[in-house]
Amino acid sequence: MTAPAFADPVFQSQAVFRGIMRAMATPGTIFDVGLALAPPAPLTPAAAAALLTLMDYETPLWIAPSFAAASGRAVADYLVFHTGAPLARSPDKAVFALVDLVADELRLADFAPGSAEYPDRSTTILAQGAAFGEGASLRLAGPGVDGEAELRAAPLPHDFLAQWAANRARFPLGVDLILASEAELVGLPRSVAISGEAR
Amino acid sequence: MTNQPQTAKPANEAVAARKRAMGLFARATVAELAEPIDRLWPNCQARDLKPIETGLVMLRGRIGGDGAPFNAGEATVTRAIVELASGERGYGHVLGRDGARARLAAIADALWQRPEARGDVEAAMLAPIAERLAAEGAKTRAETAATRVEFFTLVRGEDNT
Repeated sequence: MTAPAFADPVFQSQAVFRGIMRAMATPGTIFDVGLALAPPAPLTPAAAAALLTLMDYETPLWIAPSFAAASGRAVADYLVFHTGAPLARSPDKAVFALVDLVADELRLADFAPGSAEYPDRSTTILAQGAAFGEGASLRLAGPGVDGEAELRAAPLPHDFLAQWAANRARFPLGVDLILASEAELVGLPRSVAISGEAR
Repeated sequence: MTNQPQTAKPANEAVAARKRAMGLFARATVAELAEPIDRLWPNCQARDLKPIETGLVMLRGRIGGDGAPFNAGEATVTRAIVELASGERGYGHVLGRDGARARLAAIADALWQRPEARGDVEAAMLAPIAERLAAEGAKTRAETAATRVEFFTLVRGEDNT
């Protein structure tokens, strides 16, 4: 049984697109997706809404192994059926990647950073399983942030700050990250600088 | 996705058979689809997987069947995708904007995939549709043939000198 996606594809996907654009333009702000989607577990509604909005037949998707371990092909079938996106063989071939922060180890260096000619050909990682307002405080600075913003998200890898610093050092190359909880999204574009202690 | 790679030839035959069935469902009238479905499978419990959508598809053509492909124009197409309670997934694409007809075509495609229902679908739906289309085609061809003009050239005497 395949679960349905957006009930009203045009308006709902445009609303989510607008929210993701806002989240990427103002890093650290929390965007509430506010949709009653019922994707196959363990995919969360916020992650499903973002991927259904952004993907199409030209965007290879890489799905972390924990999803296949948890539910076989259900998550991959759901996303491929509704978006037409092909599945990427390895993370560095993917335009979008779906990762679970609890079940998988997030390693930013595994994904495609783009090339000097085409820095846009990089992977956008959708990391679900985050809880906002928990964990150590992260300080965000950079384009789209007025002075400094605070973000609390857990769980993050123990060396997340070092990984992010290495990602940011490659600018304009690098990966972009979208954190997702059950119903909320936070954008962390490659341009943002993060300091503080992650735990 | 549901088509697992099999040995080449049976898969091609299965694809060709499904193509023929879907093509006939797409050209059927609402009554030709709704009446047999209501009568033979009243409890098929079709569920929409995606909202029924109307959009444009680009029609490509080749002059003479083997020339360079070109875009001939766009056609309005309505698409429906349903899943039956028993798990078959049916697709319906019909010309125009009749969502109900697209949905019936999708249900018919899903029923056709049930091995035990295929015979009934062939007899109750595909055969009458194919018969009507053949009759309509024959009528059009007959009407066209009646207007045929034979051109011929008279050889004029002075050109032969």
